[in-house]
Amino acid sequence: MSKSTRITRFRSPADESLTTKLVLVGVSLVFLGFFLFLPLVSVFVEAFRDGWGAYEEALVEPDAWAAIGLTLTVAAIAVPLNLVFGLAAAWAIAKFEFKGKAFLITLIDLPFSISPVISGLVYVLLFGSASVLGPWLKSYGIEILFAVPGIVLATVFVTFPFIARELIPLMQDQGTGDEEAALSLGATGWQTFWYVTLPNIKWGLLYGVLLCNARAMGEFGAVSVVSGRIRGLTNTMPLHVEILYNEYNMVAAFAVASLLALLALVTLALKTLLELRFGAGSAGGRH
Amino acid sequence: MTSSTAATSARWRVKQPSIIPGFGLTLGFSLAYLSLIILIPIAGLLWRTAELGWSGFFAILSDQRTIRALTVSFGTAFAAALINVVFGTLLAWVLTRYRFPGRRLIDAMVDLPFALPTAVAGIAFASLYAPNGWIGSLFMPFRIAFTPYGIVIALIFIGLPFVVRTVQPIMEEIDREVEEAAATLGANRFQTIFQVLLPGLAPAILTGFALAFARGVGEYGSVIFIAGNIPYVSEIAPLLIVIRLEEFNYAGATAIATIMLLISFAMLLVINLIQAWSRRRYGYV
Amino acid sequence: MEVSINNIRKEFDRFAALNDVSLKIASGELIALLGPSGSGKTTLLRLIAGLDFPTAGQIFFGAEDASHHSVQDRNVGFVFQHYALFRHMTVAENIGFGLKVRPSASRPSKTEIRKRVSDLLDMVQLSGLEKRYPNQLSGGQRQRVALARAMAIEPRILLLDEPFGALDAKVRKELRRWLREFHDRTGHTTVFVTHDQEEALELADRVVVMSQGKIEQVGSADDVYDRPGSPFVFSFIGESSHLPVEVKDGTVLFQGEPIGVSGEANSSGDLYFRPEDVELTQERDALFGKVTASRRLAGTRIAEIDISNPGGSNNHEPFHVEIEVPLHAPIELGSEARFRPTRWKIFGR
Repeated sequence: MSKSTRITRFRSPADESLTTKLVLVGVSLVFLGFFLFLPLVSVFVEAFRDGWGAYEEALVEPDAWAAIGLTLTVAAIAVPLNLVFGLAAAWAIAKFEFKGKAFLITLIDLPFSISPVISGLVYVLLFGSASVLGPWLKSYGIEILFAVPGIVLATVFVTFPFIARELIPLMQDQGTGDEEAALSLGATGWQTFWYVTLPNIKWGLLYGVLLCNARAMGEFGAVSVVSGRIRGLTNTMPLHVEILYNEYNMVAAFAVASLLALLALVTLALKTLLELRFGAGSAGGRH
Repeated sequence: MTSSTAATSARWRVKQPSIIPGFGLTLGFSLAYLSLIILIPIAGLLWRTAELGWSGFFAILSDQRTIRALTVSFGTAFAAALINVVFGTLLAWVLTRYRFPGRRLIDAMVDLPFALPTAVAGIAFASLYAPNGWIGSLFMPFRIAFTPYGIVIALIFIGLPFVVRTVQPIMEEIDREVEEAAATLGANRFQTIFQVLLPGLAPAILTGFALAFARGVGEYGSVIFIAGNIPYVSEIAPLLIVIRLEEFNYAGATAIATIMLLISFAMLLVINLIQAWSRRRYGYV
Repeated sequence: MEVSINNIRKEFDRFAALNDVSLKIASGELIALLGPSGSGKTTLLRLIAGLDFPTAGQIFFGAEDASHHSVQDRNVGFVFQHYALFRHMTVAENIGFGLKVRPSASRPSKTEIRKRVSDLLDMVQLSGLEKRYPNQLSGGQRQRVALARAMAIEPRILLLDEPFGALDAKVRKELRRWLREFHDRTGHTTVFVTHDQEEALELADRVVVMSQGKIEQVGSADDVYDRPGSPFVFSFIGESSHLPVEVKDGTVLFQGEPIGVSGEANSSGDLYFRPEDVELTQERDALFGKVTASRRLAGTRIAEIDISNPGGSNNHEPFHVEIEVPLHAPIELGSEARFRPTRWKIFGR
């Protein structure tokens, strides 16, 4: 027991010294500064480089308007589709025991682990000029590829798991007791879902919708493969950012990008709020 | 719908009996939707690859440019995932253990890469790390943007939340008693962290690494702006798929996509195996 | 190792969890810290271990002032309530951990560590399980691994926090006996915390009864049960009833009437007695009341008596006491019972 081992400050053995803490927090902040904060800040700084006028000008331009409109349209179709799927899949998986359930969950997770470019490619192969389906549909005047339906399909593909993934663990935790009680009291299946299940999962559902929507509006790789990038027609906001950037129209590129960044910030704020208020969702998960 | 389901389950015993209705409807719809959106298109990709035959498939894969692109994608994703393991674990530690002003804000911001569209991240990183950018100029004459290092930078951003969000919940569950037990046995703080806590977190860290790696390999939007896209040097595999498509070289695009897909599936399998192994042996993931 | 605790005070955010606690633990003794939750017993154990530090006061290990020594330097074996086994380490790795983390100068060789681990496994009767993970053990086995792990560092003192708290009743009894034998074999100074009086009385050489951050009484099982030093100890340990009484001219009066019990000095206070320390009587000077309930308790029968004194005009406060009655002459509900305490204690107010 030498003198040097005497502790002067009474520190719990499960705790670090103040210096260590400060260093670790400092390192974390520097790391986050380089990889999260500066990139985010730079989007807005670049967007307003030439002042508010240039920023406004970049956004009121017709092509930008068309891109914003298309992005909203695509999200407005893709999110409800995946919402219905998420509810159906979570109902089947969480409320029943059946064979192959684990495998089904793995399949639902699949789009998470597939490159977005491949998600687009599969539709090019399915509906492209070299496919069977593409020319046949075209003969009826139905365009999938390089048109809005293709963009919607690619977006649905990449955002496919978001809502289901949020609902499945939530509904599994809640079990079947509430539903069984409602049914035993004479409620129909739909009434049970509407008055019992839905109120139980609404915050988790909202959380999933939020994440799904952010990804749907921001998807780039998959959409860029199927869109054909026709300005004013099949150009979504992220694609429009790319075009402007490649034309060295930096202010305009960052102006449109700043809208998307704003969307991300709003999503994060709402998500945090949901977590704080209702404990919805896990601490994050795989998205 | 209920009666037919009940009859089926009685015969095949696919499903445990239950009084809750809607199994047939919801599972049927889910499977149909899953098939239409995901399974049939992927099957189409694999079908196209099969048409190439082994020789055609290998001819495309043994092309130098393909090999280089795959090497760049996997190499940079691996490096970025490794860096994320270090900083992601550190960040998870700081967020779970320390209380400091702004902690909640930082905790929320960790999810930014999930929410920020990849193209936005891509142009932001490209301008920041370019030789004349805020950060890039600090490191001159060492070039970050338009080299494989730039790709690693973008992939660190993309993969960070995967590690943090996998490790963080497990870290929160660590029982203080375990650390105190190590201390009573004579371990100093360093030994407690590196011999007791971190090995206990290994399965979660490994899972986070695999998720970040898998995501990095397929990443496209945030990378192409900063990568410079020089063939054989900083051209990633997803970009090569796009290039082949634009050349109407469907066979080339398909083959590269298939090999990437197979590797993704293998990664998914590895993740599941890690978790199953950890659960069996240690009783937790 | 003899341990002295001198005037220890421990505050958490101004709240005194321990207030001026002193205790001497003799070498080789098996001591129980007994008390309800919040009594400060676990805090005291953690202070001895060095997991927390006192606000004031000293702790001596032998002649050495250990108050400011870190937990690592104190060399105490600590068994946690939930064992705190390292989940990713095998049983053998868990037990050998304390030896492995020693500085290289005092670290035993790998073969030595292996030998020690296998000896310890023998000692806790878990040989053959060294390759298992904690997850693959039963609760009782985990407990013994935790004990072996704590013993591996040859601790100067062994501390156990609710060692049987997480086990089911049957295993708990077995392990209790086993721990006593283990202690007698190894002769380690041992302190354990429990809220279970049966456990404390059966197992410990001396019991330290604690309440609200203070030591109420220290003594053998006989001492604390037969000669409780305070109202708290009297009611916390074993069954008891108490009544407000007055003492006048050497006679104890309940609601103004003598009850056939003598007391010292003129005062008022509470009369405490145990159900088994009463005799049924026909005499006038006694406690009496209606039998309101009767229940069988293992080898005895307990009757609940309402002695609200229906005759007493000005008192409506009900007094219920429990007394032991003959097992084979059941007392009738609603009938009147007269009884006197044969052993009692009056605590002044």
